[in-house]
Amino acid sequence: MTATPSSARFVNIGERTNVTGSARFKKLIMAGDYPTAIEVARQQVENGAQVIDVNMDEGLLDAVEAMTTYLKLIAAEPDIARVPIMIDSSKWDVIEAGLKCVSGKPIVNSISMKEGEEQFLEHARKCMAYGAAVVVMAFDETGQADTKERKIEICKRAYKLLTGIGFPPEDIIFDPNVFAIATGIEEHDRYALDFIEAVKEIREACPHVHFSGGLSNLSFSFRGNETVRRAMHSVFLYYAIPAGLDMAIVNAGQLDVYDQIDPALREACEDVILMRRPDATERLIELAESFKGKSVAEEKAAEEWRGWDVIKRIEHALVKGMDAHIVDDTEEARQQITERGGRPIEVIEGPLMDGMNVVGDLFGSGKMFLPQVVKSARVMKKAVAHLIPFIEAEKEAGAKAKGRIIMATVKGDVHDIGKNIVGVVLQCNGYEVIDMGVMVPWATILETAQKEDIDIIGLSGLITPSLDEMVTVAEEMQRAEMKIPLLIGGATTSKVHTALRIDPAYEGPVIHVLDASRAVGVASQLLSETQAQGFKQSVAIDYEKVRIAREGKGQSDLLPLTEARANAYAPDFADKAPTPAHPGLHVFEDWDLSDLIETFDWTPFFRAWELAGTYPKILDDDIVGESARSLFADAKAMLEKIVSEKWLTAKGVCAFWPAHREGDDILLEDGTRLPFLRQQFKKSRGRANFCLSDFIDSENDWLGGFAVGIHGIEPHLERFKAAHDDYSDILLKALADRFAEAFAERLHAHVRTTLWGYAPDEQFTNEALIREEYRGIRPAPGYPACPDHSLKPILFDLLKATDNAGITLTESQAMLPTAAVSGFYFAHPESQYFGVARIGRDQLEDYAGRRGVDLQTAERWLRPNLD
Amino acid sequence: MSARETFLAEAAKRILITDGAFGTEIQNWKLSEEDYAGDLGLSHDQKGNNDILALTKPEVPEAIHRAYFEAGADIAETNTFSANRISQADYGAEHLVREINIASAKLARRMADEYQAKDAKNGIIRPRFVAGAIGPTNKTLSLSPDVNDPGYREIDWDTLVDVYKEQAAALVEGGADFILIETVFDTLNAKAGIMAVKQLEAELGREVPIMLSMTLTDLSGRNLSGHTVEAFWHAVRHAKPVTVGLNCSFGATQLRPHVKALSEIADTLIMIYPNAGLPNELGAYDEMPDTTAGFVKEWAIAGQVNVLGGCCGSTPAHIAAMARAVAGVPPRKVPVLEPVTRLAGLEPFTLAA
Repeated sequence: MTATPSSARFVNIGERTNVTGSARFKKLIMAGDYPTAIEVARQQVENGAQVIDVNMDEGLLDAVEAMTTYLKLIAAEPDIARVPIMIDSSKWDVIEAGLKCVSGKPIVNSISMKEGEEQFLEHARKCMAYGAAVVVMAFDETGQADTKERKIEICKRAYKLLTGIGFPPEDIIFDPNVFAIATGIEEHDRYALDFIEAVKEIREACPHVHFSGGLSNLSFSFRGNETVRRAMHSVFLYYAIPAGLDMAIVNAGQLDVYDQIDPALREACEDVILMRRPDATERLIELAESFKGKSVAEEKAAEEWRGWDVIKRIEHALVKGMDAHIVDDTEEARQQITERGGRPIEVIEGPLMDGMNVVGDLFGSGKMFLPQVVKSARVMKKAVAHLIPFIEAEKEAGAKAKGRIIMATVKGDVHDIGKNIVGVVLQCNGYEVIDMGVMVPWATILETAQKEDIDIIGLSGLITPSLDEMVTVAEEMQRAEMKIPLLIGGATTSKVHTALRIDPAYEGPVIHVLDASRAVGVASQLLSETQAQGFKQSVAIDYEKVRIAREGKGQSDLLPLTEARANAYAPDFADKAPTPAHPGLHVFEDWDLSDLIETFDWTPFFRAWELAGTYPKILDDDIVGESARSLFADAKAMLEKIVSEKWLTAKGVCAFWPAHREGDDILLEDGTRLPFLRQQFKKSRGRANFCLSDFIDSENDWLGGFAVGIHGIEPHLERFKAAHDDYSDILLKALADRFAEAFAERLHAHVRTTLWGYAPDEQFTNEALIREEYRGIRPAPGYPACPDHSLKPILFDLLKATDNAGITLTESQAMLPTAAVSGFYFAHPESQYFGVARIGRDQLEDYAGRRGVDLQTAERWLRPNLD
Repeated sequence: MSARETFLAEAAKRILITDGAFGTEIQNWKLSEEDYAGDLGLSHDQKGNNDILALTKPEVPEAIHRAYFEAGADIAETNTFSANRISQADYGAEHLVREINIASAKLARRMADEYQAKDAKNGIIRPRFVAGAIGPTNKTLSLSPDVNDPGYREIDWDTLVDVYKEQAAALVEGGADFILIETVFDTLNAKAGIMAVKQLEAELGREVPIMLSMTLTDLSGRNLSGHTVEAFWHAVRHAKPVTVGLNCSFGATQLRPHVKALSEIADTLIMIYPNAGLPNELGAYDEMPDTTAGFVKEWAIAGQVNVLGGCCGSTPAHIAAMARAVAGVPPRKVPVLEPVTRLAGLEPFTLAA
């Protein structure tokens, strides 16, 4: 199914709840075993049926009674009733009885002109009055349409009649009759091709209609030969869907992937369906003999790669990221190795590592992308989890992998998506990773490093205070006289900071790792006997160069604070924002998640997975497109669960306060002072030296603030962890981040249009929102315009953010839950984002005074902005 | 012009206002059992049978209609929420269904015409409308009242269609412009109501425009039968209603996301009449008129509504505050939808073109 080009818009109709199609269902209904019969419907929906076909046409049944009973019972099952019903019967009274029980908008299957126009239209009118779409069989007074011409003629006539009485054309679904082919009767040879060609033509002539067909007829002459039947169905769909077939009543689980059909069989099916040669039928019948008698299960087992040697299978599963058979295969490999006297660990060292090396090579050479690699890692983890009891039973000292690496997010910081990705990539490349989690104090890191005989320490952090903490870890490593390499990574880290601040604190090698794809290269060179020395030296030289380059730069670039203030930005306060329509505090206990999804900015999501490009173009990218699409599909699927099963809760709070400006401070009515920082670097061409307070008037103005957080992620992460599923773990975290950002965006819009209400009529597309085309800004403490993270506690107190939105702060002012955003609202139309960048000693001292803290504290919080 | 055309023309100019609650207003009259019963000689206690006042104490509903028109309403909803055979059976008054509905509709019609004429005298053309209100009854087609027998139903489709048709026919006879199928907690009941009106149209040989109003029973935005707002719209769109919307449910704040959702997908006018907030511990509604008005104004400004009004707990003061709040705010523009197939179970399903 997946190989058919239009499958995305192809509707899967569940057909197991049909007494004419399923012997089991018929037996259940005949026996009155409705509870079990209901389970059949549930399985259909769980297996992806988007519509359920219910048919009770059986001579010995009271079909009206059975249809009514079954539909009423289904209505009591929300898991089933969430999808539309297709009421399927050849008897109108059964259909009408069904229509009286179905509460949504169903499809009637079917009506036709068999008994003439009058009755056809009467039925159609009733379908309109009940509110149902309808399948129209290509059938008229003279019989069923067999040839292409008849199919077209009847459908066009029906279309004209239906639209003539106001029947919505989009609610018409034609079934132009699928008949058996390859019967040996020459007149039947064209049936499949006629169907496909008729669909194409009817679609042109009858705008907005859809097409359906019952597939099982097609292969009727191959009853008992499932292989051939499935191949015929798949090939037929492969050609009929592009022609316009939208839905088919077929068991989706019994279709083959077009590409994976035996090539000879596929060709023979195509010859028959497309009438490509006169002897097509004979050839297919002949070929069919060789496929006869194979059961579906045997067939599956014979799927080509499943027949390979176990070592090869493991590699294949790792490369493809398929975990269905990995435990069995791992066990088989373990038994093989045990039989020849080997140890369980050899399964890891041998086939699993070899497989992961292939993955690593493909990733390194750009033929695989991060999301696929993480899926591979999931397979690997499952295999290893299976082996661990055996390894422990042997009590072997774990054979050493390529190297043991600690990964930790430093104290005060809670962000770990990047760290987890690096960890997974390293594991994929044969390194043993000890993941210490988040908020790890330096003492624990050092202790673990010494106890566990660690080769490399990797530190990660996202917020700027983490940079300082990394320096602390480096200093402590020095004090402990350690020599092992220290890797630095994370969004705010940089080569410059590493060279200037961390490297000088530790004599051992310190290396900034730009992204996950570099991690393996760095680790392998550091641990290579031959390359280590040269690599360390070249990094050291490189960092020294950075330091020399920076040394020359200093105060000369900066204006004295007084001059910078004289060059402040002066907006026109005639335009300042009005008094908020709803001043005070607003709490949002549970913002609708599906509303937030619409506001997602997907580009950073892909960036988190190191897929470069902007959404949606990235989906069609020549290089990463395939990977991005697959990731996107997984994300969408998870989003659906997040929403339908309510995994997460979006809580937020915002408020508006009367405020005025006093110098570089903003003073709130309640006396709260919010000091801000001013750009001090020399500006050219008359550009101002900005400070956020510039956007607030010296009297009668307003400031806003907000905090939003996404709660409820923990139990799911635990679940993923238990299943060794890093992929889902990272995916969920990345999505939670998107929810938080979208919530901030959405709430800001709500503030602009309604709560503050200064832009009641704004209308922006999501793209325009992402480009920040709206009026006003929402700078966050810790970000360039307002780099002091320590303003967060003040903002949080004002908002009572912990009570109102459940968000707490760590000692480094990182927010918990991790997926959270907070900031200030500035509403002046001229307010804009900027970066404070470097500030001078004079401003630091001034700021410490305004902020009411000692110089040392101010220095600690503002270090990234100091020389 | 037909009632539909007149209504559409007015709704294109401004946000229209429908009225508010009757129940709470009637309570203010502190009526005795005798007041309710009148001289109809019914065997049951009539206290609480608000709909029967049309026959026994018509000055009460008349005064309330008047108060709402004075407050600025464009639409009078007839006081007939329970004037159907099923609900009236509880009062032993099922034989009076036709009479009650005709009298109520006539009363509302007279009031509407009076206020329209008053304006006309002052040179103001401002049509007033009568919506014949049909409640959901207390029986449901989709759910079983017996947890041990999920297939059981207290009522069947054909019976309910007949019940609705009897009421709708009387309302139209009394002069209602529209049939308002309101407080839809069961989508299948609403579909039966639509069928009843369709049958009535066939008998009368003319259009009887429908208004539909769903009520949500949980904050995620589903009604009692489990339909989301979008699924509900898919299931009833064939009624070609003049308005579709939400009423009762919760207060306006809780309705916000669902109003937005519906306004984006429904290619007809949106009518919302929420409760005056959530009831307090004593079951009373104490949201102030300006507060409710402030909330509904948000929707108006966001271009999400065409008709606003109140449900439980709302008073003429609430309606007046709303009318003031949205005066001059342009009405929502009805979107034009792509002709794609819109199906629904409890959740919507759209088949791409």
